[in-house]
Amino acid sequence: MNLFVKYNLETTCRMILQEQLDKFGLNYTITGMGCVKFHSNIPMDKYQSLTKELNRYGIDIIDNQKAILVQKIKEAILSMLQYSDNMPVMKISSFLSERLGESYRTLSQVFSEVCHISIESFIIIHKIELVKQLMVGENLSLTEISYRLHYSSVAHLSNQFKKITGLTPTTFQKIVKHKRTLSPVIN
Amino acid sequence: MYPEKLHILLADDDPDDRLFFKDAFDAIKIDHSLTMFEDGLDLMAYLHDTNELPHIVFLDLNMPGKSGMECLKEIRSNSALRDLSVAIYSTSASNANIEDTFIAGANVYIKKPKDFSALKKIISDVVHINWQYVTDGLNRENFMLSY
Repeated sequence: MNLFVKYNLETTCRMILQEQLDKFGLNYTITGMGCVKFHSNIPMDKYQSLTKELNRYGIDIIDNQKAILVQKIKEAILSMLQYSDNMPVMKISSFLSERLGESYRTLSQVFSEVCHISIESFIIIHKIELVKQLMVGENLSLTEISYRLHYSSVAHLSNQFKKITGLTPTTFQKIVKHKRTLSPVIN
Repeated sequence: MYPEKLHILLADDDPDDRLFFKDAFDAIKIDHSLTMFEDGLDLMAYLHDTNELPHIVFLDLNMPGKSGMECLKEIRSNSALRDLSVAIYSTSASNANIEDTFIAGANVYIKKPKDFSALKKIISDVVHINWQYVTDGLNRENFMLSY
């Protein structure tokens, strides 16, 4: 015997959405065909699980919650690097986790997914950028910079600089100086 | 929030090298498009003509017609092209050569590695770090990587 069915997709999707959202115990209103309004923020790990469940049904979240979290992570890191006098003594993982109210594991995962590099790489790249700025823009000595940015020694700074850029800080400075004498800075 | 796709250009007169590079680029996780040219003249003609500027250009130093260095200088002296990241690669590399290339405005210098997996890693690192410059508005004047 054959059974013939007709789908009302809108009802189908709405029911799936409702069931999944209820499963996670979330407080929400479905405001239209493709829009769900949440009454409070969803913790990122719940959000990730929800995304996975919905994906099973072919439902994709148009995702900018992750991008927003990544922005917050970057802002936290950059402000920590900029105001280095207030650099926390605790580990970066605890710092970020406390500040943003998410586990470091979640923060790492989302960050890598969106940015294609790890949080650790991001920090080192930007720390080296700061070294470059302080060398070139503020003319600080390597000793002053290594002190300000909490490197254990000038050697430590130079090693990290060379590891990341392939150039020694001295060579870098020399190149920048030459570039500037060659042509005026056009910005 | 971020640009949709990373646009990459490559100019190299050696077809085997172009193939190696294409394979290396395929390993990159970021959504990207790769356009290849056989020489510097075609590359520059494209750059002067296109509406869609690339995010990064890879140049072989030794090309007949127009060398990588000549292309670099032309790119850096053109106001429309000035913001491109330029990566130069070469089999030869004296320190003086490398420094001159950076002084002329290159962002990346790559000494062609002998094995393919090393090349893949370098390409991946360059693209991912360059992506930071694209997305976070870092100062491109200070963007220099030497491999």
